[in-house]
Amino acid sequence: MTTHVFTVSPDFTPDHLSGWFIFNTWLQKTLDAHFHLQLYDDFHSQRAATLADKIDLIYANPFDAPMLVREKGFKPLARFASVTDEAIIAVNAESPYLKVEDLKPGVKLATTEDPDVHMMGMIMLEPADLDTSTVEIIECDSYVLVAKQLIKQTADAGIFLVEAFEDLSSVIRRQLRILVRSQIQVVHHSLMIGPHIMEYREKLLDALLTMQDSEKGRGVLEALGCPKWEYVDDEEMEFMIDLMDTLML
Amino acid sequence: MQDMKMEDIHGEFREYVLTYYDGSSRKVLVTDVESPYPEGRLIVSRTDPEGIITHVNQSFIDMSGYSREELIGAPHYILRHPDMPPVAFKDLWDTLARGEKWQGIVKNLRRDGGFYWVKATVISNIRNGKVVGYTSVRRKPSRQRVAECERLYPTLF
Repeated sequence: MTTHVFTVSPDFTPDHLSGWFIFNTWLQKTLDAHFHLQLYDDFHSQRAATLADKIDLIYANPFDAPMLVREKGFKPLARFASVTDEAIIAVNAESPYLKVEDLKPGVKLATTEDPDVHMMGMIMLEPADLDTSTVEIIECDSYVLVAKQLIKQTADAGIFLVEAFEDLSSVIRRQLRILVRSQIQVVHHSLMIGPHIMEYREKLLDALLTMQDSEKGRGVLEALGCPKWEYVDDEEMEFMIDLMDTLML
Repeated sequence: MQDMKMEDIHGEFREYVLTYYDGSSRKVLVTDVESPYPEGRLIVSRTDPEGIITHVNQSFIDMSGYSREELIGAPHYILRHPDMPPVAFKDLWDTLARGEKWQGIVKNLRRDGGFYWVKATVISNIRNGKVVGYTSVRRKPSRQRVAECERLYPTLF
């Protein structure tokens, strides 16, 4: 039996790592097919694998959706219901910065490799006339490390995924101050299926959308931190891609 | 499209008659009241290939002052402010016709006669090789860029 490759956007929260393995087991039983969960350390290596046609199923970062759909022929399946990607710009609570416009060219910006959150964060810095050419980027491996850069005052501002900011301990959060929080509401991760296993699309979609109806399914959802799956049709995905396209300029 | 009505206007106003690319005209009433751009938000709309609005998000509704019902089916130039030089919109359509994205700083007119500045990006929605509409996404512009446009735009009429 052929083994298909399933992968997850490298920005998943560590708490849900086991959840994705549990999901992969559910996937194999549901489709009666072999899937190998291949996790990548970074977006660069995951994109290289996608471009080399080594990926069949992906829980994708929205930043990669244009390439997956328009270049590699992937189709959307579903998303976590009511979960969207939003970003926060935060500073040290004692810093003199009270609004984004107080940040000046030359500021040190702590950020992660997470591409959609980084992009949304950079958009929120535009009102201060800041872009990648006028800030000093400090790339961190996690949002906790972004917070540490702010607390140690080795960075002036940091870009966070909202959930990651809210997951910081209260001790850390008390030392930070939010300057701006995005309310974009239409940018989200999606489970997407590749052209080589398109025959599974309907069966998988049916199973995803009814997952919450069985005890076993609810257990998988809980392990993923997902309330339930919500259908993403082709046009909704195209709309999000068009929107991402406008933001990449 | 209907003329703007005095009873909808907040504050002292000036009156202009705008003529649009389709030959239609509209009386617009304009005040000097600026609405600040809402922090962290995007203002999103889509139109059909003729520029008729087919989708708006809540931020669009909030900032324009129109209801969703008034906006859907209206031409996008319902937001046209008389201080915007027509050459800016010609550049927009020429750019889209070349298959490229357009970006610019735009002063939009509200239903109450006030205005708000945006950094707008417009792209063609291409499905199966055909343009089926346009998506416009606005974000908060820098005041420096706005100040540059306030100086530049009056010279482009």
